Amino acid sequence: MARRMISVDGNEAAALVAHKINEVIAIYPITPSSPMGEWSDEYSAKGMKNIWGTIPLVTELQSEGGASGAVHGALQTGALTTTFTASQGLLLMIPNMFKIAGELTATTFHVTARTVATHALSIFGDHSDVMAVRSTGWGLLSSNSLQEVHDFALIAQAAALKARVPFVHFFDGFRTSHEVQKIEELTEDDMRHMIDDELVFAHRSRALSPDRPVLRGTAQNPDIFFQAREAINPYYEACPAIVQEMMDRFAKQVGRSYHLFDYVGAADAERVIILMGSGAEAVQETVEYLQPKGEKIGLLKVRLFRPFSAEHMLQALPKTVKAIAVLDRTKEPGAVGEPLYQDVVSSLGEAMILGRLPFAMPRVIGGRYGLSSKEFTPAMVKAVFDELKKTAPKNRFTVGINDDVSGTSLAYDAGFKTEGEDVVRAIFYGLGSDGTVGANKNSIKIIGEETDNFTQGYFVYDSKKAGTVTVSHLRFGPRPIHSTYLIDSANFVACHQQVFIEKFNVLEKAAPGSTFLLNTLESKDTVWDSLPRELQQEIIEKKIKFFIIDAYKVAKDTGMGVRINTIMQTCFFAISGVLQREQAIKMIKNSIKKTYGKKGEQVVQQNFAAVDHTLAHLFEVKVPDKVTSTRSMPKLIPDEAPEFVRNVVAKVLANHGDDVPVSAMPVDGTFASGTTQWEKRNIALEIPVWDPEVCIQCGKCSMVCPHAAIRQQAYDPKHLKDAPPTFKSADSRGKDFPAGWKYTIQVAPEDCTGCTLCVEACPAKNKLEPAKKAINMAPQPPIREQERENYKFFLNLPVLDRGQIKVASVKGSQFLTPLFEYSGACAGCGETPYVKLLTQLFGDRAIISNATGCSSIYSGNLPTFPYTFNQDGRGPAWSNSLFEDNAEFGFGYRLTIDKHTEFAHELAKRLAAEIGEDLVTALIAADQSSEAGIAEQRKRVQALKEKLAGSKSREAKHLLSLADMFVKKSVWIVGGDGWAYDIGYGGLDHVLASGRNINVLVLDTEVYSNTGGQMSKSTPLGAVAKFAAAGKPLPKKDMGMIFMTYGNIYVARTAMGYNDLQTVRAFIEADAYDGPSIIMAYSHCIAHGIAMHKGMEEQKAAVESGHYILFRYNPMLAAQGQNPLKLDSKAPAIKYEDFAYRETRFKMLTKSMPDRAKDLLQRAQASIHSRWNMYEGWAAMKYGEGEEKKAE
Amino acid sequence: MDLSTTYMGLTLKNPLVPSASPLSKELDGIKRLEDAGAGAVVLYSIFEEQISFEAEELDHFLTQGTDSFAEALSYFPQASEFNLGPDEYLEHIRKAKAATKIPIIASLNGMTTGGWIDYAKKMEQAGADALELNIYFLAADATQDSAAIEQTYVDIFKAVKAGVKIPVSVKLSPFFSSITAMTKKLDAAGVDALVLFNRFYQPDIDLQKLEVTPGVVLSSSNDLRLPLRWIAILYGKLKASLAGTTGVHSAEDAVKLIMAGADVAQMCAALLVNGPAYLGKVLKDMQAWMEKNGYESVAKMKGSMSQKNVAEPAAYERANYIKALNQYKIK
Repeated sequence: MARRMISVDGNEAAALVAHKINEVIAIYPITPSSPMGEWSDEYSAKGMKNIWGTIPLVTELQSEGGASGAVHGALQTGALTTTFTASQGLLLMIPNMFKIAGELTATTFHVTARTVATHALSIFGDHSDVMAVRSTGWGLLSSNSLQEVHDFALIAQAAALKARVPFVHFFDGFRTSHEVQKIEELTEDDMRHMIDDELVFAHRSRALSPDRPVLRGTAQNPDIFFQAREAINPYYEACPAIVQEMMDRFAKQVGRSYHLFDYVGAADAERVIILMGSGAEAVQETVEYLQPKGEKIGLLKVRLFRPFSAEHMLQALPKTVKAIAVLDRTKEPGAVGEPLYQDVVSSLGEAMILGRLPFAMPRVIGGRYGLSSKEFTPAMVKAVFDELKKTAPKNRFTVGINDDVSGTSLAYDAGFKTEGEDVVRAIFYGLGSDGTVGANKNSIKIIGEETDNFTQGYFVYDSKKAGTVTVSHLRFGPRPIHSTYLIDSANFVACHQQVFIEKFNVLEKAAPGSTFLLNTLESKDTVWDSLPRELQQEIIEKKIKFFIIDAYKVAKDTGMGVRINTIMQTCFFAISGVLQREQAIKMIKNSIKKTYGKKGEQVVQQNFAAVDHTLAHLFEVKVPDKVTSTRSMPKLIPDEAPEFVRNVVAKVLANHGDDVPVSAMPVDGTFASGTTQWEKRNIALEIPVWDPEVCIQCGKCSMVCPHAAIRQQAYDPKHLKDAPPTFKSADSRGKDFPAGWKYTIQVAPEDCTGCTLCVEACPAKNKLEPAKKAINMAPQPPIREQERENYKFFLNLPVLDRGQIKVASVKGSQFLTPLFEYSGACAGCGETPYVKLLTQLFGDRAIISNATGCSSIYSGNLPTFPYTFNQDGRGPAWSNSLFEDNAEFGFGYRLTIDKHTEFAHELAKRLAAEIGEDLVTALIAADQSSEAGIAEQRKRVQALKEKLAGSKSREAKHLLSLADMFVKKSVWIVGGDGWAYDIGYGGLDHVLASGRNINVLVLDTEVYSNTGGQMSKSTPLGAVAKFAAAGKPLPKKDMGMIFMTYGNIYVARTAMGYNDLQTVRAFIEADAYDGPSIIMAYSHCIAHGIAMHKGMEEQKAAVESGHYILFRYNPMLAAQGQNPLKLDSKAPAIKYEDFAYRETRFKMLTKSMPDRAKDLLQRAQASIHSRWNMYEGWAAMKYGEGEEKKAE
Repeated sequence: MDLSTTYMGLTLKNPLVPSASPLSKELDGIKRLEDAGAGAVVLYSIFEEQISFEAEELDHFLTQGTDSFAEALSYFPQASEFNLGPDEYLEHIRKAKAATKIPIIASLNGMTTGGWIDYAKKMEQAGADALELNIYFLAADATQDSAAIEQTYVDIFKAVKAGVKIPVSVKLSPFFSSITAMTKKLDAAGVDALVLFNRFYQPDIDLQKLEVTPGVVLSSSNDLRLPLRWIAILYGKLKASLAGTTGVHSAEDAVKLIMAGADVAQMCAALLVNGPAYLGKVLKDMQAWMEKNGYESVAKMKGSMSQKNVAEPAAYERANYIKALNQYKIK
């Protein structure tokens, strides 16, 4: 069978093999490995078979811990089994990994090596996770490139079966897992050749079976455990040779030859770098560039890190070596050196002591590079080689950063470049929503499949989810591409959005003489003057050829709407010269047919038309020889921002975060909150404009705003004295405020994302023009300046006294300052309105633990943070521990607060004489059930502090440090359904059962949103999700019902879009209840496949159909003899399909599997009826029956 | 008794034909209509918008938010194949043909001469015996004069007809300056049948919400008058077959239409209200009526009360109006 060349990313390269050579695949999503599980699920859903002709069983578990347990069980019963994971996921598998290895079980896990969370989480790549499992007894095999990922996935499994040693096959997260390259695809024949059926039978014969019963998993005592542990040694001794044997077998079959250690470079090299992972590619490129120039240097790639074969390593090193630098992509604080360094030093040292070293002991230094996907470039490699030349080179160095604290870093010349001029290096700046990345992946496919060129694509994404910028780095060339770093010197730069040229220097990476393509509304005659000075300067100085296209016009004219991807792709091919124009256009059309064919002929034809119309609108601009623009790029951060924001955040925003020195970083991961306010993103094309005449002052717009970008305020008219001329106000309606007071709704023009949820929520209609409401969308640019002034003025209006506001109402709650603002969540996010409400109601005394997921990312991903503080400097304290332990983490907060409060009470009583009996009694007995009560208590605490301030006694000092504990705290445990229903459920159950006063907010999107829409146990019956490609066949877990059975837990289910008042009440009751509370909040989500601006309508339909029954279960009522369950939604009023088929997640199944969709719909409808009956029955039950009986 | 009729070249066992409605959305519904005795079935309409936009809409929602954020490069599994509206409809034609013996007339509803028209060919390939082209056009644009509008009708018809060999009918609205001139133009263009008339769904206003609300008001026997008159006037003047639709609720209604000159009587509202089996009752009643009144075939009855055959042809025209008004005054 001939082998095909395919364009894939690293995850697909691994999954293609793993799915073919396994029978059971147990998965759980975690970035960046999730796509391997998704591919496997899709292969099986499509009926793809493994090499033995059966479709592998793919199953999602509730956590990586669960997945590894299932893998262990499946292996023990004889199935060839695998899983995919990374980072914390791999850490959760450690207990089972020890067991699997201890039982000499053959399997291979495919791991996208990712940073383990320490001072911060990072989704990016390094080896800290893999290094954390090196004591488990697993083989560790490293792939450096995409071809190797594909090849080693097979070699690892073949070796594992023969050696009976389990393997972690790892490759670098993102750099390798998400890079796209052209590779040669292995055939089933290749796989059959490598996987010996006899070894598969042997694996099965060791399985647990009642037909030949044995015991495994015993408990052993001091007498024999040790000996039993040592019994495995022969297997580990044999393992390296077996891996080499499989590599040799592979070379014979496929032609690509690998070794446990592969040396590249001068045969007489004196300086050698040893490392593993994608960084080895960059080192290889550098060596191949410098060696012909006479440098005696080389590279030793480590393939098999465990079991570590010192013997093979020594054989692979050139005998001429004098100095070695060992590079580790991990950090082990406190160690003598990082793991690979230690192994190399030990191996050399041992050989030297035993006299077996074939050369004089070289000088060995170790260094760290590339943590969290930090760039690792030839310039840095050269710095390491240069360091090795020194008589006293730095050991335990770092490279790639500026460590101005400990001085570990090596300096490097960023101008040093190794790429050949015959390599096309193209950078594309796009918006997430404009299809730039998709089009570029497509271009790689075209070039890869239609020419002999080697290809590479790597994509850099935003850390925000609305208005996201994507940067695509594409390389094409005649030789294999080893450049595992971002393009630094591009010969083609395309900017797909004109707004970017105002935000950052898009030509910073443009090489002299390169080509620049700009998508602009300007003509070729006017465009020059529309550029800022900096850009004009770049174009002139670098002699850049400048092209423009009005892609939006072409898209509009050809029926493509705002989709410009095909048009920009056509431009790239037309001017980059990678392919002949005509040939390229033919290829683009072929690929359009392939991509869109299944989506209908109409879409294909529109794309064809777009391609055909593009060239007529593509113009070269005549570049003047002088800078003419008087406009400079605006400052990203205003001068009044705090120092850290100006000095550090501004750099990160300008894409210069790599230049931030170590000294600028907090040492323990602690940051000031309230920084999103300084990042004016201006991503909305249109923003809401208030019409005071029509407004009924209900506050609903403010309530639903996901970004706190529309707010209301009431105030004394005297404050209008200095109002900007366009500032609007109306007479305050109702009796909440003194007569004559004014009311304003104000938009934050530069923070609004333009989602229009507020307009949709506005119930007021202009009677003369019913198409208009009290807020209407209008283009942002013309009113940006005026509204910026207005918003500034608005924010300076006096804050209302919390005690005076009727907080238990929608309108009232919206007078409270939101302490969560301008987050990076999706435009129209369904989660953040709840989070914002939480901060309005309790933010000044809230402490939040947040499960990893969307909510932790939009809350805590650098560079800026949306949680903020009020005029008194109070606001939510927030932290994220992990994904799985969120409930326990928040519970820990409570334990501290309870203990410290108790201790404070004890101390106060002990010090009563000093403080005053009255104050102590008042502090301890304070009624803090209202905002007024809390305000009073704060005054008492202030008085206490003043009294204690001068005191020298130990107890007084302790009381002073705990004085704030007298003010009641609100502990909130926030997370998504993936956390609450799945991975964190055990802990959640436990802490809710504890009886302690914690509040849980489940942002229920019914899928794992942050990792791209995988099924959770909250996913509804019939919905399509990743890992449920054929629609989920089982109903959503009814967690409300489960937790109500405890009787002492406050449980509420809410959906703001159905009844916002019920939402406010549920939050207030949950906080007020002196015990555990949980609120499940329906959160519409982009993963539902809906029009996000209709999110609240979706919520309404979800409730009206009976899918999401709203209720509040308040144990306080039971104590009063009442039924604690109050239903807050009515009996199903619309059919389930009238809700479900509004949303793509359900509807797509009717298009892909119509019969199954019908069946699932019927089952869903039936389950809704029975569930409603159950709730109705419970709500109608008589409580306090004992009382009635007494009366009888 | 011979109930058969010829309709755009097709021989139907009787002239009762369920018109395009949700009843034919499910295969089971079509079978029940056949069991009740329907001479043919017009399938529910596929709309131009469905053909043009459903794929686009699905594409939009499946790709929304993709390739934007490193952890979530997509939000849905990649489905291998989608049965989009048009594909589903074609599959439906195939299934309907396989499950029944009566002619299946596919219905295409549109108002422009765009690319969607190619779809007619696919309907033919899927096995449709004929096409009913429902041109649902609201002439709200003042810059478009009546001649241009009428030409659009003819152009759409011609574009569809050019692509297929099976008969094509046009379902018209009654809102033309001259129905006779319009039908003549279509007849000249080769239309195989005219279906008279389309019922426009007239919107309502919700005073509470200040919203325009769509709403379906089902026809009653009274609504029969409009097609009755025009069929009576057109009978014998065109090559095309004539179908009356709107207001056929009883055997008497059907008989009236046939006597006026209709080749078939299409039913919708009565079947939606009473269920598919009701067609059987109308058929039985019609047979009984014919027997009682001595009509041995539908063919004999057809057109017997048309304008050209009645004693007082003016009754179908302006004179009838004066008479009607006078009667009203007398009351």
